[in-house]
Amino acid sequence: MNNATTERVRATLKKRYLKEKIFRGFGITAIAASLGFLVLLLGSILIKGLPAFQATYLNVDIELTEDVLDISADASTEELRGANFSGAINQALRDRFPEVTKRKQRRQLSGLVSSGAEYALADYLAENRDQFGNTVNLWLLADDEVDALIKRNKDLTQPIKRGKNKNNESALITRLSEDQLGWLQSFKDAGDTNVRFSSTFFTNGDSREPEQAGIRAALIGSAYTLLITFVLSFPIAVAAAIYLEEFAPQNRWTDLVEVNINNLAAVPSIVFGLLGLAIFINYLAMPRSAPVVGGIVLSLMTLPTIIISSRAALKAVPPSIREAARGLGASPVQVVTHHVLPLAMPGILTGTIIGLAQALGETAPLLMIGMVAFIVDIPQSVTDPSTVLPVQVFLWADAPERAFTERTSGAILVLLAFLVVMNLTAVLLRKKFERRW
Amino acid sequence: MTVINLLIVTAVLTLLYFLFGRQRAYSVAKGNGGIRGMHSLPTHYGALVALWCVVPALFIIVAWKLLEPSVVDSLLSSSIPAEIRAQGDMAVSLYRNEINNAVDSARISSLSDPAKQATATRLAGLQKYASYGLFALTLCVATLLGFLAIGRISPTLEARHRVEATVQGFLLACASIAILTTIGIVLSVLFESIRFFNQVSFVEFVTGLKWSPQTAIRSDQVGSTGSFGAIPLFAGTMLISLIAMLVAVPFGLMSAIYLAEYASSSARAVIKPLLEMLAGIPTVVYGFFAALTVAPWIKGIGESIGLSVASESALAAGLVMGIMIIPFVSSLSDDVITAVPQSMRDGSFGLGATHSETIRKVVIPAALPGIVGGVLLAASRAIGETMIVVMAAGLAAKLTANPLEAVTTVTVQIVTLLTGDQEFDSAKTLAAFALGLMLFVSTLVLNVIALYVVRRYREQYD
Repeated sequence: MNNATTERVRATLKKRYLKEKIFRGFGITAIAASLGFLVLLLGSILIKGLPAFQATYLNVDIELTEDVLDISADASTEELRGANFSGAINQALRDRFPEVTKRKQRRQLSGLVSSGAEYALADYLAENRDQFGNTVNLWLLADDEVDALIKRNKDLTQPIKRGKNKNNESALITRLSEDQLGWLQSFKDAGDTNVRFSSTFFTNGDSREPEQAGIRAALIGSAYTLLITFVLSFPIAVAAAIYLEEFAPQNRWTDLVEVNINNLAAVPSIVFGLLGLAIFINYLAMPRSAPVVGGIVLSLMTLPTIIISSRAALKAVPPSIREAARGLGASPVQVVTHHVLPLAMPGILTGTIIGLAQALGETAPLLMIGMVAFIVDIPQSVTDPSTVLPVQVFLWADAPERAFTERTSGAILVLLAFLVVMNLTAVLLRKKFERRW
Repeated sequence: MTVINLLIVTAVLTLLYFLFGRQRAYSVAKGNGGIRGMHSLPTHYGALVALWCVVPALFIIVAWKLLEPSVVDSLLSSSIPAEIRAQGDMAVSLYRNEINNAVDSARISSLSDPAKQATATRLAGLQKYASYGLFALTLCVATLLGFLAIGRISPTLEARHRVEATVQGFLLACASIAILTTIGIVLSVLFESIRFFNQVSFVEFVTGLKWSPQTAIRSDQVGSTGSFGAIPLFAGTMLISLIAMLVAVPFGLMSAIYLAEYASSSARAVIKPLLEMLAGIPTVVYGFFAALTVAPWIKGIGESIGLSVASESALAAGLVMGIMIIPFVSSLSDDVITAVPQSMRDGSFGLGATHSETIRKVVIPAALPGIVGGVLLAASRAIGETMIVVMAAGLAAKLTANPLEAVTTVTVQIVTLLTGDQEFDSAKTLAAFALGLMLFVSTLVLNVIALYVVRRYREQYD
């Protein structure tokens, strides 16, 4: 035994073990930091987004009489639609605060209630014709500034800060005037404010008024787009995967196809948008902003993903099954359709769901083909102008009103919920049907 | 009489022919000693008949729809008044647009001019004839060919071979769509780019230092020319991608090393999917987070230590993009690290090296080509990433290396130039395609190199 060497090794051993620990620590830190960021991202969006599912309502007594509504008692349904509902609401607010006389103040008073409240009132009266002539007690949707204030602050008498907030997040920041705050306080004191779950967010299309804006139009648009994507990409991808895995001869053409698929999987998504704009919209004159074009572009984009995972699923089916089928006299196509494809189907479906989840979250190519539109109406078919959920997030994120931040986060939560459901389905599918040969 | 209806009718007809064909095969088989006497199964005969019905029908529909617009146009031009035609192409296309809109929205009577009404009525008539014609032709051909195919069913007809050859042809066609897509991408960006480079020289585009794509509508406006020097965009893209890679490579690589070398298999089973969740979050969510949370935060920190930070700093966008890319780097590196043969590690351990020494001196050098390939793929993703930079990076093209200032990127400019109203021939919109070409080519080169490196590496240890 060479003593000098052993000594040298011993002398450095402590240092080397320390280095080992530090290196390990780096690894743990890297993982912790990445996961910490994930928590931070999801947490911040969850905190910002949850209030979007609630709305503030103000309790108001409204007179639904002939002279306030400006229609007669036997008015037809058509005439009822044209009644002066905003007048009735304004009247109700003035009755509550009789001291308000100045024009400017009156306008501010009406501003407490959302401009969409009159439609809710119209719907109410259309359903309850027997209430005509009575004074009814209703909860009206509040304006977005009121909503933001009521949700965040218990005490409205706090010092008020206007304009930008630098670092004092707890200070009250609002565009409401002193008068409006006073009126609101009186609503609060009387117990006439209420924050509760609101379906508006899920039933309305987009709107310029944050409190009336909803994701319904975007959800339907996403559903249409995803449907087209699925109908196009699934059969084509499976067919392509079967060809490459089962039938393709080893030649230049096959190589070319394979290299192409691998490259397409890494092409930036926005380039697919350029393709869609130049070929489908400008050359083939397909409609702009339509889910059908969005679906085609997204299916071109997801094809490589689905093809690659379908090939993996087909490859996992052991050759013995093919050989046994061939031995019993099945033709090559029969081997695939009767034996290989059914066995590979769970894997193929898993890949398809993951590809579709990717397509659901995609934004950039859809901006190129004009799906970035202000859509109030729910799209009725795949050729109607529409937008999709991620694009709606993008649009709202750009909107100047602060209340849209809440809506944006709410829309993100819905989007993430769909993605989680899809990915979980994929995982469960894989777990349930996974087979080790 | 829409195409959808026609497709539905054709599908029903095809199904019927399949059933007829199969039935016919059964009855032919009866006279020939049962199914065993036939070359193929009855299903194959049915499928062959159905194919004879549906393939020509689809071919006719596609060809008709491709030819219809130009045929209708040429038939219609005779009914456009001579004085309009005398005014040149612009007037004719305006006139046509008005007529088309009126016919599409079924409001011919709303047109004021009787001449226009006449043209519109003629167009509506032509379209009606066209749709009836298509319907009749398709169904006749499909019925006739299907009928003939039924007549040809005999014990010697090699139905299975023909059906399977068709199926394989279909599979090949589907596989070739990947090539068609690539060709489509190349053609669409290339043609528009060529038109752009006819207006702006290529040299100016790739060497110019000033980017301000606003071209004026009238020639006498200030700044009417616009300047298309793309260097600031390339520099901005590089800066943000560099920041992203500086975040993603160390974090991703260390995560991968820990997961592959140290973590127990149960920890790995939990942590790996969690890390991959980062890759599953839509980029628009990252963009929102970068713009609303990270950017103000960086600005706040910067200002508290006396630095001036733009509210749309490159740092914020780069940082968030880097975090998005961590899972790409980590899962690609994880794959290559686990592919390093265990014998190499055992050799190193046997010589007395610690675990970290083995990783640094043996495993990483052996896996390096694969890791480099993964990093290149991640870089290509960073360059092509759009939503984060659209939402969190700036619009003004500034040539700077300071990560605290706002810069713009190629993808941001493509989006800004192409969203909203646009005329298709202006240099402004064509510039977006030229930028798209640059983006496509650069990411393609990165991808090809990366895939080549990864493939070479795999072969080394297989």
